[in-house]
Amino acid sequence: VSGLTIAVPRGALFKDTLDRLDAVGIDTAEVRENDRKLLFREAGIVTMRPSDVPTYVEAGAADIGVTGKDVLMEQSERELYELLDLGYGRCTMVLASVAGDDPLAEALRRLGVMRVATKYPRIAARHFEATGRQAEIVEVKGSVELAPLTGLVEGIVDLTATGTTLAENGLVVREEIVACSARLIANPVAHKLKAAAIDALVERLRAL
Amino acid sequence: MIHPIPSGTRDVLPDEMRELRAISGAALRVFQEAGYGEVATPALEYEATLARGDVAGAPGGAGLYRLFDEQGEVLVLRSDMTVPIARLVATRFATAEPPLRLCYLAHAYRGVRPQRGQPREFLQAGIELVGAPAPQGTVEALTVLCDVLDAAGLEGYRIGLGDAGLYRALLDGLAIAQEPRARILHELATRDFVGLEREVAALGLDAELATTLTRVPQLRGGPEVLAELDGRAGEAAEGLRGVHALLPARVAERIIFDLGLLRSLGYYTGAIFEVYDPALGVPIGGGGRYDELLGRFGRPLPAVGFALTVERLHIALMGEERR
Repeated sequence: VSGLTIAVPRGALFKDTLDRLDAVGIDTAEVRENDRKLLFREAGIVTMRPSDVPTYVEAGAADIGVTGKDVLMEQSERELYELLDLGYGRCTMVLASVAGDDPLAEALRRLGVMRVATKYPRIAARHFEATGRQAEIVEVKGSVELAPLTGLVEGIVDLTATGTTLAENGLVVREEIVACSARLIANPVAHKLKAAAIDALVERLRAL
Repeated sequence: MIHPIPSGTRDVLPDEMRELRAISGAALRVFQEAGYGEVATPALEYEATLARGDVAGAPGGAGLYRLFDEQGEVLVLRSDMTVPIARLVATRFATAEPPLRLCYLAHAYRGVRPQRGQPREFLQAGIELVGAPAPQGTVEALTVLCDVLDAAGLEGYRIGLGDAGLYRALLDGLAIAQEPRARILHELATRDFVGLEREVAALGLDAELATTLTRVPQLRGGPEVLAELDGRAGEAAEGLRGVHALLPARVAERIIFDLGLLRSLGYYTGAIFEVYDPALGVPIGGGGRYDELLGRFGRPLPAVGFALTVERLHIALMGEERR
């Protein structure tokens, strides 16, 4: 409909993204019905995990895409336009540790450095650098909450929407680092060559 | 046996070399016919020479390749050809009557994150037109640029045309203080319009002025977008209108005015431009006016130039073939 190829993130942002696209007149029925299929030529939609969206959009394999601000901050070197805060998928990047006496503070005081596990090593490193503290970043791929419970680290940097998972694992938020939400991004060349289509879509999404 | 080569570099084998040579050959022929003489400069320059060109502000600036010579002087591998040619003009053509028309086919080096079409060693084909002021000089450069792309056989390309001083002029006109100004320019440089909107809102301007600041860098299209400036940033808009009025029709039809266009190099002063093709997700090349750079080398002359990345042009040509 729009003549654009749109990278849509599967996972937490998936349903909200499809709802918005429906609302601006892009039919996503086929996408909703197919859990396994990845490419929908009719609708101009490609689906992928959120952290892959910047890769496809930067290379021009998709013209525009939707992904979280957390992903964009972690991949800040990418040459992309960030066009619109879509307002959904709101969550916060936090520093958390085991409830009670803060093991982060003790490690920092007595060992001079705290160990922190995260899926967002660059956001975490930037935060500790900006606040003048030494931290050893441990990158993990799976459930970050496990790391402080086993003694691997003293704390974690992770995204939380409601805080439920943190609480269930006996962790408390020590600092809020940055608020995140879904963003509409565009490839720099498509932003020029398909200006009218992209602007029209942005206008309609903004009006929702 | 596998003997590795440094990240971001590569070997070129005969099939690819033949195609690259065809492109660079076409470019050099067009340059020559337009009266541009080919020059070569050393791949190594003194760091101080590149520093005069203010290339340190570029994303490649942090990634300049530096080494020491036997005297302990800091040398750098050139990150583009414009600054070395500015040095060359000031030194070798100190008294020559302008305009000077020079062209080159040369490798440049930037310590970027290697990816498709963005190696750390890349081949540039370009021109520098020294001593030709705006708008005529800019028009000549844009015309030669289109001639090269046509000669190479690229079909779907467009040229984004903007002005390096336009947004700063807008900020000057509204007397924005130094600190918020730096934050605004940072959001613009990182192409973050969400952040731009946030920083502009924080200024507390009246709604119409705030809209101008967020809207102007998103304006791109035909010459009608210049009218939306409402007389603001008048000098930049006049400059762009002046260029547009003189462009031959075959060049004018390729132009997209882009009031948000930014080039990462620090030496640009007026009109700036970038080449896009639907077959490639990154610009194929670009250039612009650098009316103050020659002055920093002691020969104040207005100048304009462009460089095409030959490897990217090659990828775009192959992409167009496949469509």
